[in-house]
Amino acid sequence: MGKTFAEKVLGKAAGEDVKTGQVVTVEPHFCMSHDNAAPISKIFKKIGVEKVWNPDHIVFILDHAVPAPTDKHAENHKIIREFVKEQGIKHFYDVNSKGGVCHQIMCQEGYALPGLVMVGSDSHTCTYGAYGAFSTGIGRSEMAATWATGKIWFRVPESMKITVKGSFKKGVSAKDLILKIIGDIKADGADYMSVEFHGPAISQMSLAERMTLCNMGIEMGAKNAVCPPDEKVLDAIKDNAKTDKWEAIWADDDAVYAKELEYNLGELEPGVAKPHTVDNYAPVNEVAGTPIHQAFLGSCTNARIEDLREAAKILKGKEVAVRTIVIPASWKVYRQAMEEGLLNIFLDAGCIINNPGCGPCMGNHEGILAPGETCISTANRNFKGRMGNKESFIYLASPMTVAASAVKGAIADPREVL
Amino acid sequence: MAENILRGRAWVFGDDVDTDLIYHNKYLAITDPKEMAQYSFEYYPGKENFAKEAKPGDFVVAGHNFGCGSSREHAVYCLKELGIPVILAESYARIYYRNAVNNGYPVLVVPEITKKVKDGDELEVNLDTGEIKNLTTGEVMHGDAVTDLEKEIMAYGGLIPYLKAQAAKEQK
Repeated sequence: MGKTFAEKVLGKAAGEDVKTGQVVTVEPHFCMSHDNAAPISKIFKKIGVEKVWNPDHIVFILDHAVPAPTDKHAENHKIIREFVKEQGIKHFYDVNSKGGVCHQIMCQEGYALPGLVMVGSDSHTCTYGAYGAFSTGIGRSEMAATWATGKIWFRVPESMKITVKGSFKKGVSAKDLILKIIGDIKADGADYMSVEFHGPAISQMSLAERMTLCNMGIEMGAKNAVCPPDEKVLDAIKDNAKTDKWEAIWADDDAVYAKELEYNLGELEPGVAKPHTVDNYAPVNEVAGTPIHQAFLGSCTNARIEDLREAAKILKGKEVAVRTIVIPASWKVYRQAMEEGLLNIFLDAGCIINNPGCGPCMGNHEGILAPGETCISTANRNFKGRMGNKESFIYLASPMTVAASAVKGAIADPREVL
Repeated sequence: MAENILRGRAWVFGDDVDTDLIYHNKYLAITDPKEMAQYSFEYYPGKENFAKEAKPGDFVVAGHNFGCGSSREHAVYCLKELGIPVILAESYARIYYRNAVNNGYPVLVVPEITKKVKDGDELEVNLDTGEIKNLTTGEVMHGDAVTDLEKEIMAYGGLIPYLKAQAAKEQK
């Protein structure tokens, strides 16, 4: 009987043959924290250990509220800088032009690698599965304990196999696929599970598209989400892998799954998640014409160069009808967008461009909504009040749908303008 | 009454209660758990006054996938600080469940509890056996125990005290 990705990768990390349901203790290769490294460092100090188990395995990336919008945020950033110095942590991305959204940096800078076990004190840590890593979000106490001991326990999860065939039709993208999947299986449809994406359509997808899929694994309750570590991954990491400890691990063909699903991209159309849950799916034409007040193109889900290009195609030579906030996923993406002329397209269209970071995604700053307002966003959560006001409404959609809607001032089908 | 038998009022919430509803991201920069309690469920429609009205000893009852969304531990701290002794839900989102265990905070899985308990019902919960009595209706339910490792972590009061105890054992 074959093994799933989770069984193989956790078995390798534990140094023994493991089966689904077994509890293993492993040493995670990289531990990522963002602005919440500040409170975690406070919990760490309470453990009574002076030094972290290995500073080279810890990565800090400031992104949630950068530059600091309040004195409280500024104080947290300061605590982090002091902790970095005290502990000798070299993988630190401060508020400067080397940084960006934490999950983008982890993938872009060669931390996300095939076969590594990685944890992050952020629920969207599952994004690194796009590079074949086993990566999952954990809480603060658990992260503090991991810094201290270098160990974390996992129950080897049941796995779900999602096979994807066919190719995207014009105007349809990876975001539409993942919104449809979550709409089908619901917010708890993959609770505690390892979600594996298989099939020829996944091989066809760029790493950016795979990141969008894996990023939203948590929105269906998954412990992790992962794509095969194929040539595209190996090519992307060959010059910048931060360690040589990685290994291209993938599930056996005869692995046993708790659940199997199949999707054909040819049947897929642009979709949205309606307020106030991510699983509240609707094809875009069902909600087309819904007035919006703001459009947001950004976040760890959809702000890579590929996403910006798709939006720019629609915005080129047009003018937006509502406030449109563009936030590239990192300064590297920002620079590339500048060199490709995309930033000028956005500015000509009337969009504003903010510094890379999480921006208004979780209502910290840079685009809070007013009561009664509606935003269409490329981010991953539309919970009530997520963007700062509980009387506001968030629709989640692809970069193309967000761009088309920004031009129209109402939710629009991107196929009409492509 | 034995120490682990608790009585209190039930506050019933629905399915997929996300972490923004439990503890909104607006207050994430707060690091002192004592400050967090007052914001519990502030964004939950119809339960905005929960933090003011709930009494220590009251129970949070919920449907499927309680605590989905963010990994923020505030969503555990705030209820613990408020004096809610245990959460009784049909199922939990993974990170929330783990955060609760790591903080020594009891969370029981109780199938179909939202069908058997109404907002305002009086409950009696036996934390040792997992037995839950609805004193208002007389109905008896059972909450699932956690796995052995989780039980052990809970017995020490959470992950940090558990690790300290393990380290002390190893030294001996």
